[in-house]
Amino acid sequence: MRLSDLPRGTDAVIDSVDDHGSIDPVAQRLRELGFVPGEAVRVVATAPMGGDPLAVRIGFTRFALRRTEADRVNVHPAGAQA
Amino acid sequence: MTPLNIALVGNPNCGKTALFNLLTGSRQKVANYAGATVERKEGWFTTPAGHTVRLLDLPGAYSLNATSPDEAVTRDVCAGTYRGEAAPDLLVCVADATNLRLHLRFVLEMRNLGRPVVLALNMIDAAQRGGMEIDLPRLQAEIGMPVVPTVGIKRDGARSLLAQLDDTLPPVPVPLPAGTDLHAIVRQILSDCVTQSTPLSDRVEERLDRWVLHPVWGPVILIVLLFFMFQAVFAWAQPLMDGIDAGMGWLGQQVGRLLPDGVLRSLIVDGVIAGAGSVVTFLPQILILFAWILALEESGYLPRAAFLLDRLMSFAGLSGRSFIPLLSSFACAVPGVMATRTIQNPRDRLVTILIAPLMTCSARLPVYTLLIGAFIPHRNIAGFLNLQGLVLFGLYALGIISAVVVARVLRWRDPDRQEATLLMELPAYRLPNPRDLALGLWERARIFLMRVGTTIVSLTVLLWGLSSFPAPPPGAPGPAIDWSLAGRIGHLMMPVFAPLGFNWQICVALIPGLAAREVAVGALATVYSLGSGTDTDQAAAQLGQMLPTHWSMATALSLLAWYVYAPQCVATLAVIRRETASWRVVALAAGYLFALAYAAAFLTYHIARMF
Repeated sequence: MRLSDLPRGTDAVIDSVDDHGSIDPVAQRLRELGFVPGEAVRVVATAPMGGDPLAVRIGFTRFALRRTEADRVNVHPAGAQA
Repeated sequence: MTPLNIALVGNPNCGKTALFNLLTGSRQKVANYAGATVERKEGWFTTPAGHTVRLLDLPGAYSLNATSPDEAVTRDVCAGTYRGEAAPDLLVCVADATNLRLHLRFVLEMRNLGRPVVLALNMIDAAQRGGMEIDLPRLQAEIGMPVVPTVGIKRDGARSLLAQLDDTLPPVPVPLPAGTDLHAIVRQILSDCVTQSTPLSDRVEERLDRWVLHPVWGPVILIVLLFFMFQAVFAWAQPLMDGIDAGMGWLGQQVGRLLPDGVLRSLIVDGVIAGAGSVVTFLPQILILFAWILALEESGYLPRAAFLLDRLMSFAGLSGRSFIPLLSSFACAVPGVMATRTIQNPRDRLVTILIAPLMTCSARLPVYTLLIGAFIPHRNIAGFLNLQGLVLFGLYALGIISAVVVARVLRWRDPDRQEATLLMELPAYRLPNPRDLALGLWERARIFLMRVGTTIVSLTVLLWGLSSFPAPPPGAPGPAIDWSLAGRIGHLMMPVFAPLGFNWQICVALIPGLAAREVAVGALATVYSLGSGTDTDQAAAQLGQMLPTHWSMATALSLLAWYVYAPQCVATLAVIRRETASWRVVALAAGYLFALAYAAAFLTYHIARMF
């Protein structure tokens, strides 16, 4: 499933980050910020007015990202098989 | 001995600037990098052993693979390829000890630059308080460079770093082979060198964010904070501004008494002192507003406010970061434009600067009040809505709606229409450090007074010259300004402005009104020979009674529409020039605002004449 579909408060593990197009600076930056396979992630908040953007916690760090950005990140709930 | 060139690098929010302030104190110089609008901070200090160090505080970066102008500057200066910047002799890479998972990856990138690097493990005290133990000798061995613990907010927090600087330069680290998985190395280092005894969910961020980012409580907290912020800007700054205004008026009178009546007195009193006065009256508002913005930024709240407001701002094609600068512009576009520095995305920042003048600033109010009071009947609509209030509300709304439309058009015209991105870190909460706040405020005040102030004073003197020369012949009828260059320009402007329903008196008043919007009220009083305009309130009251006999309703409405858009403010244009380092942007802002003002006034005049 995608990070943008992950319910708030559910622990999940990152599987991959998809590139949208051949050169995708957003995907590249997500990987640099630590959105890499095996990393634990959790949605800690969703914004008012339609739940966009999301606030996610990854490791010790929190990031705000829009749903279009979170769409690139594939995750599976912690405890389940990838 | 030549000074040692050291560059501070690190992720945003690593506490780099606090460390920079600790090391250099007030020996700092803030400017822009050559050919870029990126802020360049340089400072000097002497190590305990007497070495002179020239320290450059590079913009925060997540990676050498730059995605913003800030990061490109950091990349090029680190590589030694930035034109006009000496290659650093040593890189001090700062990492937040409580956020090593993110920050160590960037530290590893530093290994491949071929320069000596020292890792400053910052906020080590906070990490230890949070139950984290770091094996420094082992970390030093695995990361391949010297490691020193630092605490940027403590007086002797840089002691180990200074001792390291007095030592010989460390060797250039062994580069990592191309294609190395940096995250894998970071994970290995963390599992080898760091033990965390307290579970993560106990962290302050976790508990605070539950409220601050809450879909209902989050906006409530934000509104309360903004309410106090604006209360401070208006209620606390106003007495100070009135005081400064009165002080400058008194100074003008005193100086006026010393000088003989004539051109010199007029130049000093009406040109220089009045110009300088209009500059310093901005200061209380700017300082109070910036004290708030800096405190919100330092505490880690500002990115969270941007998170809450992102959806709202996305209607204008902007991100949540643009909200506070635009809100500030309702007080005055000058601090609003200066506040756009908190917007990292350069395109968003430019669009925000361009639409900031559309927010109805407080200087438009005297003009609105005068015209609405004189022309709009004091009548209730639907029993409870006051027509005058409704018109005023409409003028504010018109500005906001136009700003959204302009922002969308600018975005649509963007040649490489990139996807609108937000992707920002929500940093750890921190108590703002008084020294960092004070230095930040001092910097803003200095930039405003030195760079913007000089432009405003020179333009005010220029406008004074236009309005004063040539003097009317003795015994000439009519107001003196009518004989001046400004008067002649006003008459020359008539063919252009007649289609808007403006008469020559309005055209003449528009010229001195460029110095500040509210000056137009006094200028109108002067043109209609209602005295010298010393007492603005009295002049406005007299004007209010007289104008309806001189102007048609269509003319008044047209002038109101004009004021929603017109770039009638030299200070705003001066600050745009300073913040963008580009006359092209100034021309673009002035040009589009003028075009909108003309079109709006034209339409208003002709539609109003049909009724």
